[in-house]
Amino acid sequence: MSILVIAEHDNSELKGATLNTVAAAKEIGGDIDILVAGMDCESVADSASQIPGVNNVLLANKETYKNSLAENLGNLIVELSEGYSHIMAPATTNGKNFMPRVAAKLDVSQISDISAVISDDTFERPIYAGNCIATVQSTDSIKAITVRTTGFDACESTGGSASVNSIENDTNAGVSSFVKEEIAESDRPELTAAEVVISGGRGMQNGDNFSLLNGIADKLGAAIGASRAAVDSGFVPNDMQVGQTGKIVAPDLYIAVGISGAIQHLAGMKDSKVIVAINKDEEAPIFSVADYGLVADLFEALPELEAKL
Amino acid sequence: MKVLVPVKRVVDYNVKVRAKSDESGPDLSNAKMAINPFCEIAIEEAVRIKEAGNAEEVIAVSVGDASSQEQLRTCLALGADRAILVETDESVEPLGVAKALKEVVSKESPDLIILGKQAIDGDANQTGQMLAAMLDLPQGTFASEVEIQDGVVQVTREIDGGLQTLSLTMPAIITTDLRLNEPRYASLPNIMKAKKKPLETLSSSDLGLDLSPRQNTLKVTPPPERAAGIMVEDIEQLVDKLKNEAKVIT
Repeated sequence: MSILVIAEHDNSELKGATLNTVAAAKEIGGDIDILVAGMDCESVADSASQIPGVNNVLLANKETYKNSLAENLGNLIVELSEGYSHIMAPATTNGKNFMPRVAAKLDVSQISDISAVISDDTFERPIYAGNCIATVQSTDSIKAITVRTTGFDACESTGGSASVNSIENDTNAGVSSFVKEEIAESDRPELTAAEVVISGGRGMQNGDNFSLLNGIADKLGAAIGASRAAVDSGFVPNDMQVGQTGKIVAPDLYIAVGISGAIQHLAGMKDSKVIVAINKDEEAPIFSVADYGLVADLFEALPELEAKL
Repeated sequence: MKVLVPVKRVVDYNVKVRAKSDESGPDLSNAKMAINPFCEIAIEEAVRIKEAGNAEEVIAVSVGDASSQEQLRTCLALGADRAILVETDESVEPLGVAKALKEVVSKESPDLIILGKQAIDGDANQTGQMLAAMLDLPQGTFASEVEIQDGVVQVTREIDGGLQTLSLTMPAIITTDLRLNEPRYASLPNIMKAKKKPLETLSSSDLGLDLSPRQNTLKVTPPPERAAGIMVEDIEQLVDKLKNEAKVIT
């Protein structure tokens, strides 16, 4: 077996999600190559080559791949697919964007968001917002897979010495172009990589009140998330959304504040190691998944929590 | 300009689906069904584009069994002009749905195809991207803003960490994210009018398509249960438990 893992990066840094994906690839077994497609991304290829257990790093360093446009990147992966039994990417917004194009071009049925590897053709994946786990067996000759990063512990990032091979393919489809990007600048850890996450819901009442979470997040080194209800109400931007339709997180500690615990929110956080819920409604469904529940008015509880940490 | 909106009939988002006790699949008996929420956003966007004078016709299409007509009627009540059902009794994977939609696209030649980013049953998030690849069309997935001007569509996308804006040539494929719009409710007069709008049915075998699944579902099981937690009295006890019992803070 031979596996091609598509690296997640921003042209300067290899993202942690790549390590979770390589970990899933190692569970399948076989030779592992990594594709780094981007522009001025040699440092990313260098990091990828240090992941233990990786054979080859393929470096496609071209303007065509600078912004990970799905049309260009998808066509590149299809060109490189020959000889691989599995093509894998993390189920990030980037992986979700290009991988189905690859699968469609190869006429294979993609296996999305795998949370466990059973064998080289059989995988577990959550369906119905994680209320069911399906065990699916693929009959396709090439398996196109996206990986739920919270399902696999990151593999080591250093100690390996794969060779880096530049490739000259240029698959510019010429139908899409990059206009701009607005990436929120923050000193806090990324939501999906943070060890502690504190999230606010509709109970926060407005966007300004989210600042009550800041001091606690500072003390705990936490990322700040939100429920879909808080996003829908316009309190905070969508990139903070934790849930079935937002980000999937599994930190060591998840603190849900003023979140009732709708099915779709639980889908995004119930694999967290320890869950704390603070809600004034003792009937709130969030308490059914919480390790520690506190029935309290969050406007009193949050300042007290910040003071006690 | 013509806008095509593929939609899916799914279990209502408020229903907590459980696995059947024999692990053969999800238990959907008597479950309330509805139009997939992201598909509803797609219909709304298409109707708004028409209302803004940028499109003449909005066509809703679904791939599924005869009961999907109900969701297509909902689309007609929300403002679609006509509807097409590609009828099949099999459960079709996103790859098969995309193949069926490709046939509809080649018949209808729409300028814009708007789909939901994912269906809340299988949570696959594939169909729009697959259809785009099969047609060699550009895609703007997870859209939170769509702007049409002079044969080009600008799509602002919800990506990890923020927003990205792309410019796509048309025809193009867009998949919707939550914040793109807030769908309207169908008014009673519009529900009545929708009954008279055309709904065409094609059978998947007429289209000569092989939609058979490529994946075998071996079993469907409940997720691992979390051990029951405890209620704490106050913040002091909470902090103590987190420090000394769970040991997740220092």
